[in-house]
Amino acid sequence: MISGVFHFISENFSQALYLSWEHMWIVGVALLISAAAGIPLGLYVAGHEEIASPIINGANIIMTIPSIALFGIMLPLLSPINLGLGKIPAIIALILYSQLPIIRNTFTAIKNLPPDLVDAADGMGMTRWQRLKEVEMPLAAPVIIAGLRTAAVMNIGIAAIAVYIGSGGLGVYIQQGIDRFYPEMILSGALLVSVLALIVDGIMAWLERAATPEGIKIQRKLMQ
Amino acid sequence: MITYESVTKIFGSGRNAVTALDNLNLTIPKGEIVVLLGPSGCGKTTTLRLTNRLEAITRGNIYIDNQNIMDVNPVQLRQRLGYVIQAIGLFPNKTIADNISIVPRLMGWEKNEIEKRVDEMLQLVNLDPGIYRNRYPAELSGGQQQRIGVARGLAADPDILLMDEPFGAIDPINREQIQNEFLRLQAKLKKTIAFVSHDIHEAIKVGDRIALFDKGKLVQYDIPEIILTQPKNKFVADFVGADRALKVLGLMRVSDVMNRHPENILRADERTENALHFLKEKGFRYGIVIDGTMPAGYVTQATLSYEKGIVAGLAEKYPLFLKERTSLRDVLSFMLMYDLPLFCVLDDNENFTGTVTYKDIQQAVKESYAD
Ligand SMILES: Nc1ncnc2c1ncn2[C@@H]1O[C@H](COP(=O)(O)OP(=O)(O)OP(=O)(O)O)[C@@H](O)[C@H]1O
Ligand SMILES: [Mg+2]
Repeated sequence: MISGVFHFISENFSQALYLSWEHMWIVGVALLISAAAGIPLGLYVAGHEEIASPIINGANIIMTIPSIALFGIMLPLLSPINLGLGKIPAIIALILYSQLPIIRNTFTAIKNLPPDLVDAADGMGMTRWQRLKEVEMPLAAPVIIAGLRTAAVMNIGIAAIAVYIGSGGLGVYIQQGIDRFYPEMILSGALLVSVLALIVDGIMAWLERAATPEGIKIQRKLMQ
Repeated sequence: MITYESVTKIFGSGRNAVTALDNLNLTIPKGEIVVLLGPSGCGKTTTLRLTNRLEAITRGNIYIDNQNIMDVNPVQLRQRLGYVIQAIGLFPNKTIADNISIVPRLMGWEKNEIEKRVDEMLQLVNLDPGIYRNRYPAELSGGQQQRIGVARGLAADPDILLMDEPFGAIDPINREQIQNEFLRLQAKLKKTIAFVSHDIHEAIKVGDRIALFDKGKLVQYDIPEIILTQPKNKFVADFVGADRALKVLGLMRVSDVMNRHPENILRADERTENALHFLKEKGFRYGIVIDGTMPAGYVTQATLSYEKGIVAGLAEKYPLFLKERTSLRDVLSFMLMYDLPLFCVLDDNENFTGTVTYKDIQQAVKESYAD
């Protein structure tokens, strides 16, 4: 069985590579857009706590919708503008799913900064923007990236299901494998999705460390 | 100059309202250090935070050099007022140099000017720039971090400083040293400083005036000597402590009380009979033996009546000499330590300029309580 999987992949190597690329393209585009929306939203919510719980609860609810159901809901909603099927609705769904980890991590990262630092920044005469750039963002960055990491790994899995609305990607092997009762094909798809998830997880973990300010690394080392 | 005009600050509302500051009227004169003193929670930090608009005033007005702070953009106001926060609050992601240079950078100083200033500031707070410039806050002790906090507050050379317990985390020996350095600098720079402390010793030492708070109210505002000798009520007296007299002594110097023309002086080559006769006639129990311009020691009537010769050979040496700037608190402790009622004062060229006796000190304390 295992050897069958490897055999399948090596036989169809260029196609497997293409599907992996397509898969990552969907996830990557969705992640970029999610970050562009979720991080500012998280920052805004951190400054306006009265709207924090409705926004975060909203994102939470989206997250609990099963992906098949979400695709099902989007189909009639987006069909009138001819976007019911294909990559676009898949990307939209992934963006929606990503909002919770990204907004939540951004919000908590900013909220958990020591109040003395915020005070010091204000007291020194920093503008809101300078405070964000010089103090809040550098210190919150690792936690925000951890949110992106969660979102990315989760989306690699969900993207495999988006094949049912015609997104392409590695889900193609799984879907076709099921249709044709071809276990090696199904497993190849599943294996490649897992490998992608592991690679992305590793890259994001590295990014998380790289974004940790030197002073904080030293602080952690000294506290051990 | 900072002027507080009927300033009230209430946090929260309804049943949870806390009056942190109650109708404060206070003027911090230009070029002076005013210590805001009082027990925890009396409103000291709140007073500073209202001044740089980190908190909004509930009622009343604050003026800086006669300009209402509400008419100034808060960001500009804060860059103008040096601020040293109670919790230190160094940015852990920035090096020491970058922490110190925050305000100069915000104000757009030249790069090399900033570097020069950083080293100056590090030297000022007794930290070697070569060692500390590129370290991170986590690599410094609490006391060292606090010194960086002070350096950061002073870096842009503001005319007005708000300092919230700036030396609170520094160990006693270094604290003493930094307070001295701070006072030496202030004598030169003449900044206007609101200095929060809860330590009466520190307040007496650094304050030109002390504003004593209790539960959000200003109880007494006076120079340290008056706070010590004429406490307005029981709260002030208790806060200042039962050892008020000793604290007054900490404020006074040898030059305030010394006798510049003592009469019980004996020449080193005087014969013992003549010396004894002189002391008996004048009614002194002992004489100070002066050899040239230096005190050689002291002789008592008793010694003189048993021995013959010249007094120089009989003189008991003094264990130490005083300077005119020595504090009377130190003099008193020398007297107790060496069991001597008198010490000689020397100038910086080691010439004898007078004496201080236990009686002189006692008299000075009495006088300070009299008015
Ligand atoms: N942001 C706030 N919200 C509610 N109450 C506050 C706030 N800040 C201060 N207070 C209250 O106002 C009062 C005065 O506080 P403040 O911090 O000025 O005291 P302090 O004199 O600086 O004390 P300490 O010596 O402990 O620093 C206290 O009762 C405090 O609990
Ligand atoms: Mg305080």
